[in-house]
Amino acid sequence: MSAQDRLEIGAQSGVAASAADVVDIGETQRLAARRRERLMSIASPVGLLLAWEIAARLGVIDVRFFPAPTSIIAELIRLAQSGELIENVLISLQRITLGFLLGGIPAVVIGIVMGISRPVRALVDPLIVATFPIPKSAILPFILLIFGLGEMSKVVMVAIGVFFPVAINSTAGVLQISQIYLDVGKSFKASRWDTFRTIALPGALPFVMTGIKLGAGLALILIAVAEMVGAKSGIGYMIWSAWETFSVAKMYVGLFVIALIGFAVSFLLREVERWVIRWKPDV
Amino acid sequence: METGRVTAAVTRAPQRKRPVKIRINHLIKRFRSLVAIDDVSLEIEEGTFFAIVGPSGCGKTTMLRILGGLETVTSGEVEIAEPAPGRPQYSMIFQGDSIFPWMTVWQNAAYGLRMRKAPKEETEAAVAHWLERTGLTPYSRLYPHQLSGGMRQRVSIARAFANDPEVLLMDEPFSALDEQNRTILQQELLRIWEVDKKTVMFITHSVDEAVTLADKIMVMTASPGRTKTIIDVGLERPRNVLELRNDPRYGRIVYGIWGHLKDEVERARL
Repeated sequence: MSAQDRLEIGAQSGVAASAADVVDIGETQRLAARRRERLMSIASPVGLLLAWEIAARLGVIDVRFFPAPTSIIAELIRLAQSGELIENVLISLQRITLGFLLGGIPAVVIGIVMGISRPVRALVDPLIVATFPIPKSAILPFILLIFGLGEMSKVVMVAIGVFFPVAINSTAGVLQISQIYLDVGKSFKASRWDTFRTIALPGALPFVMTGIKLGAGLALILIAVAEMVGAKSGIGYMIWSAWETFSVAKMYVGLFVIALIGFAVSFLLREVERWVIRWKPDV
Repeated sequence: METGRVTAAVTRAPQRKRPVKIRINHLIKRFRSLVAIDDVSLEIEEGTFFAIVGPSGCGKTTMLRILGGLETVTSGEVEIAEPAPGRPQYSMIFQGDSIFPWMTVWQNAAYGLRMRKAPKEETEAAVAHWLERTGLTPYSRLYPHQLSGGMRQRVSIARAFANDPEVLLMDEPFSALDEQNRTILQQELLRIWEVDKKTVMFITHSVDEAVTLADKIMVMTASPGRTKTIIDVGLERPRNVLELRNDPRYGRIVYGIWGHLKDEVERARL
């Protein structure tokens, strides 16, 4: 639906709402169905948690592996109050943020320059094609070797994860820009820098944002893995140390929190995307 | 060659000698083995609205793109007069959607001025002026997808005029519009243009459009593109698009051009 349609619907809704009750039975049925669906999508997770809780209390499942949800919540509250959880979450978020900047900014610049310039593309593309298929988690030992156990190794892992999808999508984003916009830039004597700034970058942004969203997913995986293996703090470390000490409830808290971070990041990025490409219909 | 005769007829027409703004001299353009433009020469004087019509594939758009620096010549010269200091040589208006979807109407209209680093006050004044003259002031903060095709092409016109160039190069600017919008925009272009009469080179495949807008019309042959004839329109200004259609001279000129064009169109279809 285009923004114009939305506008029109918005303008008409005052009138349409009263008319819909009487006239459009199909519409009310559709709305009721949607309400039912929303209820169902809440019911399934709530039902599962409830079943889990009951099964744990009745001893149907082994609470050593599947502690009751209420005991996980109790553990969450305990960890939050002690400050342990907050501290680990903050350090992980810091690594993700720094890694995002370290990997994302060069990726956008390199990706877009590759899109603009054929020679640069010919030079850099083989390198990306060759290194992209290497599983990023597999190079963790190498990164630890180079950067040690300090903060840098975790930041670099995230940066590498973010770099590839962002760079590849940025190039694709420039290549799909219609030639006429580049002609316009040329006819108005836009400099190289102006072409980058006013045409290539904004034109590629929808693709860049897709790359960033993909990169965010990878960043989360990589930070968890990196912290499990080579860190003494962070949410990944918390999950791993919980497993080592067999504090299963704590492990679940870690899983829940990392899922929450993932949800928050993707929500944030969606909002950023909506704002950054507000010029595009259908976002 | 027929060209010579017609050019002679043109020079007979009474005219004050004005400075030449666009000069094309024995232009030849080849794409690999295909000859797109074959030895075209022309001069466009200051303040002339010069239209070029021809069947599709006759190289008329290529010629404009060469003038606009978007294509190179195979041989021959093209030349646009040097602008006054601080002013650009030319601005182009393109066929179809060419305004940037990621910029607002205002930002689009300001593009040329910003690319040539015009002072902020000059940019703001020029954009405000041209948005007003193209009827876009109320829409200055909207994005192109919120506008109709006709409005978007107005933005393109405002962008070119606001840049205040020495000459304007227009490549079938209205061909993507429906007939009613096209008529309205032709009238608006006339109204805008007739105020300060910048030198214009206007490419179109529409004979009606050329006669409606132009002072002089060059008819091109089908591929390879050559000059078939150059016609002086001679209709007085200001012109009214609707009234013109009722003017017997308009019909005669259109009919005359079709006489030149008919064979070429048929040849192009082969």
